Amino acid sequence: MSPADTLRFATRAALGYPQRTALMMLAMSIGVAAVVMLTALGDGARRFVVEEFSALGANLLIVLPGRTGTGGVNPGSFVSSTPRDLTTDDAAALLRVPQVKRVAPLAMGSAEISFGGRLREVMVLGTSADYVDIRGFGVARGQFLPREDFRRASAVAVIGETIRAELFGNQNAIGRMIRLGDRRLRVIGAMGPAGRGLGMNSDELVLVPVATAQAMFDTNSLFRIMIETRDRESLLPAQREVEKLLGARRQGELDFTVITQDAVLGTFDRILGALTLGVAGIAAISLAVAGILVMNVMLVAVTQRTGEIGLLKALGASRRAIRFAFLAEAALLSLAGALAGFILGHAGAWAIRLAFPALPAWPPDWAVSAALGTALATGLLFGVMPARRAAALDPVQALTKR
Amino acid sequence: MAQIELEGIERIFRLGDSEVHALNDVSLRIEAGEYVAVMGPSGSGKSTLLNLLGLLDRPNSGHYRLEGRDVTTLSADEQAAVRSARIGFVFQSFHLVPRLTAAENVALPLMLAGVPAAERGVRVERALKDFGLESRAHHRPDELSGGQRQRVAIARATIMRPAMLLADEPTGNLDRATGQEVTALLEALNAAGTTLIVVTHDPAMGARARRRLLMEDGAIRQDVRNTPAAAPNPP
Ligand SMILES: Nc1ncnc2c1ncn2[C@@H]1O[C@H](COP(=O)(O)OP(=O)(O)OP(=O)(O)O)[C@@H](O)[C@H]1O
Ligand SMILES: [Mg+2]
Repeated sequence: MSPADTLRFATRAALGYPQRTALMMLAMSIGVAAVVMLTALGDGARRFVVEEFSALGANLLIVLPGRTGTGGVNPGSFVSSTPRDLTTDDAAALLRVPQVKRVAPLAMGSAEISFGGRLREVMVLGTSADYVDIRGFGVARGQFLPREDFRRASAVAVIGETIRAELFGNQNAIGRMIRLGDRRLRVIGAMGPAGRGLGMNSDELVLVPVATAQAMFDTNSLFRIMIETRDRESLLPAQREVEKLLGARRQGELDFTVITQDAVLGTFDRILGALTLGVAGIAAISLAVAGILVMNVMLVAVTQRTGEIGLLKALGASRRAIRFAFLAEAALLSLAGALAGFILGHAGAWAIRLAFPALPAWPPDWAVSAALGTALATGLLFGVMPARRAAALDPVQALTKR
Repeated sequence: MAQIELEGIERIFRLGDSEVHALNDVSLRIEAGEYVAVMGPSGSGKSTLLNLLGLLDRPNSGHYRLEGRDVTTLSADEQAAVRSARIGFVFQSFHLVPRLTAAENVALPLMLAGVPAAERGVRVERALKDFGLESRAHHRPDELSGGQRQRVAIARATIMRPAMLLADEPTGNLDRATGQEVTALLEALNAAGTTLIVVTHDPAMGARARRRLLMEDGAIRQDVRNTPAAAPNPP
């Protein structure tokens, strides 16, 4: 029997029992759709995080207080508490490292902002002039923080877009005096609408000189220090130099961590990639279940069509022809189900993107081909046993069975 | 050399402890073009003999030479090839594939033998026409009468131009008139040169055959040849 005829025969057989075929397609399509949709979700989350980090800029070193485990960077680095202070003097010292281009010390806290009787709680970020360039934010009006000594607590502030709109509306904000915590500060600039940045949207921030923030929150410590190196090549030498310098400044005690943006990105990429893979694995279990269903349905088909198999043998069909016919039927059912699931999964991913526009929920190519491949492979694998059983039937008994 | 030569054929079915000797030392020669009716009481081994002749079953001992070639030692797939090229089957219960049309059922042996689709179409069309089924080509078996179904089955059995046609009670599920039609069809094929071996309970049909085998308890008790003159004329 020619391959085209085998395929045609199997198609007719599959279409001959529409209810059974629909049921099997449903099972297989749910499995494939689950893989496609869940990996779209997982990979969307991964891409979201990676893009957020990429928005930080490329040649970035981040100094965190406290030592992280020997295993290198982990996401815990971002929420670790402060065992020993990083200071503005540390930050100033870092400017002496030759590979370093810009340094921005960061101190954070929240405070109440008020203007003209309007009040609200805001995040206050104490930093320096270079921050805006390191983060690639844009200043819409006025200017950013002045370039001055990190220890100088000028009474100025730069406000985020949302804050500006809430406090000033259509009025000009530049030059106005606001109250922030227990201080009166002059607004010297307003940020442009949101630069994207992980967990730190400039829209809702008030930026002040780092010493101002430290005085306001009555602390000497920094939340972190951001360093931009001259170029990508100097990233690793700069990391070593920064570690050496800071270590020397605290008598060799290395209770701080210097991470590169690549390391952070790589870690998130790995973790979320693994998560996606895990989710895909779980979804693939439903494919295995569908495969077992395929086997079951095909075994029933062999029993139902015993007479037909006997007849085909009487008409001169070889074992091979019968095996292939049943195998092709199983493969067709799986493939049709997989295609339906593929469409279903893409529709689901589309719905996710519609519901969460920020999430680039596209199923990764590897997941799609893996799901389709697995579906076809399970269909074939679980189709082998029924097909062999059909081919091995004794023609006389097959013919006499009613 | 006869077309069919059976020599000391035994076929034993074992059911638990008991043994059924379905065929007991059967020896038989059938020449090409013969018309043989196999008759006998129920359980006498007629179907078993026909299945052996059609290579659907293997004897426990003895030899079967088909056209001079010992076919008992062939592999299952080699036997399938012989069935495909040399043997046509007609069954009491028609055995049409329910989801396929009449034309597709007739085309099955050609498809299994790997004949290209274009050639199949021509041959199937001619066969359907020969059997008066051209208007039924695209009907499924459940849309056909019993007689039409058996004619489709005969068209299918002969589409490969087999050397022998084996029919197990081909008229068993048909009324008298339709049965006679089918018998006439088979006899016409025999007249054109095909060996015809029919298992039947119908004495009238048995009487029309030129040779009658009477079976009993797995053995051939009588082997009668009608002289052409003695054959009753068809009504
Ligand atoms: N697969 C089998 N297993 C066990 N016994 C069998 C099998 N096939 C046939 N037999 C036995 O072999 C004997 C011959 O059976 P066979 O079918 O050849 O009879 P038959 O002459 O065709 O009868 P009928 O006229 O009723 O069709 C019977 O006793 C039957 O019970
Ligand atoms: Mg019988």
